[in-house]
Amino acid sequence: MRRFLRKFLRSWLAAFGLAVVLLVVVGALTATWISPFDPAAQDILRRLLPPLSRSEDGLHLLGTDALGRDVLSRLIAGSRVSLLVGVLSVVVSGVIGVTFGLIAGYDDKRAGRVLMAITDVQLAIPFLVLAIAVVAVLGPSLFNLVMVLGLTNWVQYARIVRAEVLVLRNREFVLAARALGASTPRILLVHLLPNVTSSIIVVSSLQVAKMILFESSLSFLGLGVPSTIPTWGSMIADGRDYVAHAWWVAAIPGLAIFITVVAINLVGDRLRDMLDPRLKQVEN
Amino acid sequence: MIRYVLGRLLYAAAVIVGVSLAVFFLVRLGGDPTALFLPPESSAQEIARVRKLMGFDRPLWEQYLDFAWKALHGDFGRSLRYQQPAMQLVLERMPATLQLAAAALALSLLVSVPLAILAATHRGSILDRTGLLVSLVGQSFPTFWLAIMLILIFSEIWGILPPSGRGTWRHLVMPAVALAAYSTAIITRLLRSSLIEVLQLDYIRTARGKGLSSSSVVFGHALRNAAIPTLTVVGLQVGALLGGAVITEEIFAYPGVGRLAIQAIANRDFTVVQAFVVFMAALIVAINLLVDLGYALLDPRLRSR
Repeated sequence: MRRFLRKFLRSWLAAFGLAVVLLVVVGALTATWISPFDPAAQDILRRLLPPLSRSEDGLHLLGTDALGRDVLSRLIAGSRVSLLVGVLSVVVSGVIGVTFGLIAGYDDKRAGRVLMAITDVQLAIPFLVLAIAVVAVLGPSLFNLVMVLGLTNWVQYARIVRAEVLVLRNREFVLAARALGASTPRILLVHLLPNVTSSIIVVSSLQVAKMILFESSLSFLGLGVPSTIPTWGSMIADGRDYVAHAWWVAAIPGLAIFITVVAINLVGDRLRDMLDPRLKQVEN
Repeated sequence: MIRYVLGRLLYAAAVIVGVSLAVFFLVRLGGDPTALFLPPESSAQEIARVRKLMGFDRPLWEQYLDFAWKALHGDFGRSLRYQQPAMQLVLERMPATLQLAAAALALSLLVSVPLAILAATHRGSILDRTGLLVSLVGQSFPTFWLAIMLILIFSEIWGILPPSGRGTWRHLVMPAVALAAYSTAIITRLLRSSLIEVLQLDYIRTARGKGLSSSSVVFGHALRNAAIPTLTVVGLQVGALLGGAVITEEIFAYPGVGRLAIQAIANRDFTVVQAFVVFMAALIVAINLLVDLGYALLDPRLRSR
């Protein structure tokens, strides 16, 4: 593990990415303690203060929004939703996709065909429309958001796991397990799953970045979590109307998303290069 | 070849049926859609009357067959808001969206293809780093944020481009740039890595050994083979562009189908949502079918599969 980490950190870009990711995670975990102001506290006298403004309560490092709320405090609070939704939806899509990929790769003839057909159906529906429609019907909530993102983004896992299992299932250790009378679930979980974990880790890291972007898009449209909880996407939506004379309200949360996503992608790319150079083409 | 084409056509039809099933049941996921047609304070009798009128009291599979049969004849029901056939509304807005998506696709190919070729042929150079940077940055921007920042800079500060609407080419610039960013990143990255892979193959070494110039090796030999995986992704990106147009159109108040869809969802105009999704899916399936058939022409090996 230590050797792995040392090798990982040999790329300074990846080290930078990891540092930023850790910073965001720590910020999200300690949000209530490190936040300089109450993220929900409104004060109409302090609206749209530019970054580095002072008020009697202290320094508004990143300024305030149209309701006089401190942008930095809301940014820290918003990181919680982004990370939580990003990670949970990746867990949901990972469990579905990996299960599907294992089965479809092992039973290429029947399950494999069904899987490919479902994949094509999924790819033919514009994701955003699907997500918007589902959230609009079911109502915005953290659970619905995670389920929508999870249920619409498992295809990538399924494809990659299936491709690997198609090769692995003819290897001696699988044939031996079968000859010894191991049941199919046992072969899938005990013999095949450990051999695809490195791909799963790589895909997951890149998927978290994508889910954070999707979450922000849905929040921007008002279809994320309920509007009382600050999120980066909804902060951009709030700032949009004031962008001409108070650019920071919309610009800063966007930069936060950008920096976080770049950092996660840097980590993901490094993991991909180290764990599985064959996965170079993990794209969309 | 004819068998191959027929097989692909049948499969495409099956995918569209699958999409229609998915949409039909998803829209009903929230339960009885009758409520969508009525103000929230409606009486129980009114609800029952509308339910019967719309056929929502029948079993779901019967409703689906009815929906599918009518859809097959181009009838997706009437929009609740505009009192026009839903499909007609979608078709009216389609040219605007196609224009936007085509502009964005052209833009992303114009940037990504030369960049990927330069990056792959000059590995490790400044050009290669630029290519990698473009692909990293391009796929990390939230599209809607990029769009707002473009409006801030080019409309609010410099005032050289209109912030919204449709009409002249100047209206198209910012939406196309915002929409193209993600696809540019993906295509650059993929074309670069498949070119690098192809350039290491034996036949490229042979071509070099024959004394061919490096440009004819790249353009005559390598690009054609690297184009095959890239084409699939370009096909998939068309889908992503049409889907991404939803947000881009909303921000730039661009009168395309994406904006129609968002408004339809907000207005609970679910016949329009169904018409939109099925039409979009059919379009995306058709484009990917063309891409598939395009390969079969390019690469005879694929026909036998």
